[in-house]
Amino acid sequence: MAKTHIQFMLNGQEVEALVEPRELLIHVIREQLQQTGSHIGCETSHCGACTVDLNGESLKSCTVLAVQANGGDVLTVEGLSQNGEPHAIQAAFMQEHGLQCGFCTPGMMIRAYRFLQENPSPTEDEIRHGMSGNLCRCTGYQNIIKAVQVAAEKMQSE
Amino acid sequence: MTDKQEREEGLQGVGCSRKRKEDPRFIQGKGNYVDDVKLPGMLVGKVVRSPFAHAKIISINKEAALALPGVVAVLTAEDLKPLNLHWMPTLAGDVQAVLADEKVSFQYQEVAMVIANDRYTAADAADLVEVEYEELPVVIDAHKAMDADAAIVRDDLVGKDTAGQGPRKHNNHIFSWDVGDKDATDRAFESAEVTVRQEMYNHRVHPCPLETCGCVASFDKVKGDLTVYITSQAPHVVRTVVTLLSGIPESKVRVISPDIGGGFGNKVGIYPGYVCAIVGSIVLGRPVKWVEDRIENLSTTSFARDYHMVGELAADKEGNIKAMRVDVLADHGAFNAHAQPTKWPAGLFSICTGSYDIPVAYANVNGVYTNKAPGGVAYRCSFRVTEAVYVIERTIDVLAQKLSIDPAEIRMKNFIKPEQFPYQSALGWEYDSGDYPTALKKVLEAVDYVGLRREQAEKKARGEIMGIGICTFTEVVGAGPSKNCDILGVGMFDSAEIRIHPTGSAIARMGTMSTGQGHETTYAQIIATELGLASEDVQIEEGNTSTAPYGLGTYGSRTTPVGAAATVMAARKIREKARKIAAHLLEVSENDLEWDVDQFRVVGSPDQAKTMKEIAWAAYNSVPEGMEMGLEAVDYYDPPNFTFPFGAYVAVLDIDKFTGETKVRRFYALDDCGTRINPMIIEGQIHGGLNEGYAVAMGQELPYDEAGNLLGNTFMDYFWPTMVETPKWELDYTVTPSPHHPMGAKGVAESPHVGSIPCFSNAINDAFGQFGVSHVDMPHNAYRVWQTLKELDLNKG
Repeated sequence: MAKTHIQFMLNGQEVEALVEPRELLIHVIREQLQQTGSHIGCETSHCGACTVDLNGESLKSCTVLAVQANGGDVLTVEGLSQNGEPHAIQAAFMQEHGLQCGFCTPGMMIRAYRFLQENPSPTEDEIRHGMSGNLCRCTGYQNIIKAVQVAAEKMQSE
Repeated sequence: MTDKQEREEGLQGVGCSRKRKEDPRFIQGKGNYVDDVKLPGMLVGKVVRSPFAHAKIISINKEAALALPGVVAVLTAEDLKPLNLHWMPTLAGDVQAVLADEKVSFQYQEVAMVIANDRYTAADAADLVEVEYEELPVVIDAHKAMDADAAIVRDDLVGKDTAGQGPRKHNNHIFSWDVGDKDATDRAFESAEVTVRQEMYNHRVHPCPLETCGCVASFDKVKGDLTVYITSQAPHVVRTVVTLLSGIPESKVRVISPDIGGGFGNKVGIYPGYVCAIVGSIVLGRPVKWVEDRIENLSTTSFARDYHMVGELAADKEGNIKAMRVDVLADHGAFNAHAQPTKWPAGLFSICTGSYDIPVAYANVNGVYTNKAPGGVAYRCSFRVTEAVYVIERTIDVLAQKLSIDPAEIRMKNFIKPEQFPYQSALGWEYDSGDYPTALKKVLEAVDYVGLRREQAEKKARGEIMGIGICTFTEVVGAGPSKNCDILGVGMFDSAEIRIHPTGSAIARMGTMSTGQGHETTYAQIIATELGLASEDVQIEEGNTSTAPYGLGTYGSRTTPVGAAATVMAARKIREKARKIAAHLLEVSENDLEWDVDQFRVVGSPDQAKTMKEIAWAAYNSVPEGMEMGLEAVDYYDPPNFTFPFGAYVAVLDIDKFTGETKVRRFYALDDCGTRINPMIIEGQIHGGLNEGYAVAMGQELPYDEAGNLLGNTFMDYFWPTMVETPKWELDYTVTPSPHHPMGAKGVAESPHVGSIPCFSNAINDAFGQFGVSHVDMPHNAYRVWQTLKELDLNKG
C-alpha cells in the first residue's frame, strides 16, 4: 500500500513518518516513533489507555488515523515532565498511590492534564465525570481522584 | 524521637506506607510491558479463529494468505502434528488443542496462526485464510450436557473413562468431587427444625486486565536457546511447561515476565497463542510476537466462575446452623483448563462453610464440558473461593429471611468464636486465626446499622426501595502446603534469594511475580525490618527465570503467605550468619549479643555494637575461622498451612423503582489480613478488589446464545465500571496475625473481591427480600433489576 509522509510535533520535537493511510496513530507513536508510554487496551475507544493530547484536546489514539495528526501537536506521557522534574500530576499520582500496574497511568495522566486545563479546580463529582473515559482495573479510582485533586491544588498554588 | 525510633524510621520497613519503588518508571511512561518489547527481525502472529461454537473442519486453504507479500508462514494443526505440538496438557490434567484438530469446540477457538512482517499484514492475511466448516449440534446449557442425546464436545475423549481427574460417567462429564460426611449431613437435614434450599448461579465472567495476554518468543538457532517475554503471573511454571512440550532443556529456556498490566488470574494459564508464537520462532529462527486483542482476550483466554450451585442449610428455630449441603454443576467449557492445584478439581471450594461453626457439611461438585471457551481461573481470588463464599453468604441470608432473624444477628449467632481457633472445619480445613464478632460489631457501629434498618423501613413506607447487604467472609489463601498442593507435580512452595553486597546494599530475587501489587516496594520493606538495611538500599527482582529462584508465581493471594515467608526465612538465615560475624568482630560469644533494629550489640554494654553494614563489609574480608565468605541466603518455603484472612462488609444501596438503576450509597469494608506490611498498598489493593467485586455483582457477564455465540466480548457490552458509577469506598481493619506465618501476615488483595460480590448481591436481595423474594441471580444490572421490579409490580407510581 502506498505510503503517505506525515510530519507533526511530538512532545515538542518535530517528527516525521511514512505511514499507510489506514495506520492508527497509536501504532505509529508506539512502533515507528518508539514512544511506548501510551498503551493499547481495547482498540475500540473505550478504555483510554491510548489517550494522547492532539492540538489541545484529549484523544483516543487507537481510533484516529496517523494521517489525521499531520501538522498537529501531540503530547504523550513522555512529554509531561519538564527539565527532568515530574509534572505536578505525575508527582500526585505517585504521592497518592494513584497507580498500581501502571498500564492505564499514562493515558489517565494525559487526560488529567487536559481536564485540569478545562476545569482547574474541579469538585470530586466533576473529576468523576471528566475523567470517566479512562478505565482503571487496579485502583478502584479513589486514589486517582485524590491525585487529580492534589495536582489541581498544587497547580493552582503555583 | 529516640535514637532507636529514628533508626527504625530510616529503614522504611514493615508497617510504614512507603511510596512505591515502581512508580517513577510508570509515571514517566518507561514501564516495559510485553507489547513494548521489540527485537530485531521480529515477526507478528495473528490467530485465525472459529466463527462457530461446534463444527467439523472440512478444509483449510492457506494459499491466498501465503501469497500476500509480507506473510512468512501460516501454521495449522497439520503443521504442528509432526512436532507433536497440536495438543498441549492443561494445568488440570486434561489436554487442549493448540490449533483445532479436525474440529472446533467453541466460538473463537484457535484454528491457524498467520505470521507476517507487521501487524497490518498479519491481520489482512488472517482474513485470507479460507476455512470450510460443517456445523455440528452444540451443548451450551450445562444442565443439559449430560443428557443421553447431548452432542459430544470432545471426540478425542470418547471411550475414555477419565479426563485426568478421576472417573467420569458421560462423554461430556469431566469429574465428580465431593467432600464431607454425606450420611451425617443428610441425617442432620432430616431431623432439622428448619431447612432452606436455594439455587443460585455464579455467572461466567472474565478477569479482563487492562493489558491483554501476549508474548514475544525468540529462538536462537545457533545457540539453541529460547527466550520468551510473556504476560505470566507464573514464569517458572511456563518454563517447565515449555520444556515438557518442546524438549528444549530447561537450562536453555529463559522466560521473562516484564512489567505486567494487571493479571487477576487471567495470566496464570498457558494459551495456544503462546505455543504458536514459540513454535513459529523455533521454525523460522526469528522472534515472533503475539498479543491478543480485547475480543480475543474476553472470548478465549480464561473465563472465571460458571458455577450452578444449590446451597442448603439446616438449623433450629433460633437460627443455630446444624448442617450445610452444597451441590454444584461446574461448566468448564470445551477443555478442562482451569488453573488450580492439580489435585483439586474444584479448587478450595470446601471453604464453603465460611465463618460459621457448622457441625457437619457435605459438598459435591460435577464438572462438565460445553461448547464454550475453556478455563475456570481464579479471578482475583484463591481457587473457587469466591463461589464458596457466595454460596454460604447468600444461603445464610435466605435462612435469616425464613426465620425472620436479622442477617447481622444470625451471623453473630453462628460465628466461629475467637477461642475456637485454630478451628477444624467440617470440610477439613484448619483455620489459623480470626476474630469475627469484633470485626462485624465494629462495622455495624460504624455504619449505624440500627439507624439504616430504621431508614429502610421508613423508605418502604414511602414507596422507596433500599437494600442493606452484609457479608462476613473467610478466605483460604496461600497455596499451599506441598503435601496436598502441586501444579503438574511441582510442589507449591515459593522462594527468595537475598544477597548482601560488601557496602551494605542488597539484591533479592523471588519466585513470585508482581502484576501491580508493588512487590519491589513491599519485599524490600520486609528485608529492611529483618536485616536492618534501609529498604531504599534493597533491590527486588522478579520474573526472570534465569536469575530468580524457582517459584510458583503470584495468584491465590500466595505472595505474602508463601513468598514473603520465604523472604523472612532467607533474611533470618543471613542474620544468623551476621550474628556469628559480629561476635567474631566484637570478640564476644554469640549469646552475649542482642539484635537492635540495624545492629548487634553486646548485652549490658550498649556502646559495643556492629551495624549490619559493618558486618556486610566484614563478611567479605574478616569472617571467623572455618566460615565461608559472603553474605547471602536462599529459602524455599513450604507453608505448613494456608492462611485465612477475613472481613466484614456492609453495602447500602437505593433502587430506582422506575428504571432499575441502583446507587450504592455506602460501602464499608473491614479487612483483617494479619500483620500489615504497607498500609498504603493494602488500601489500594482493597479499593481495586472492591471495584472488581462491584463489576462482577452489578454487570460483568459473558453470555452465550443458544448457538454458542458469545454476546459480550467488547467493552461496549462487558461491564467495566468508570469513575462515575464506582462507589466511594470506606475502609477499616483489625489485626489478627497468623500464628504459623513467620511474620503473621495473611495476604489481602483478593479478600475485597471475594467479600464484596456477595455483599452487593445481598444488598440487592435484601431490597427485594422486603417483598418476599428469597433470591435473584447476578449480575444485578439495571435491566435485570427492572425485570424483578416489574414482576413484583413495584415499578409503578
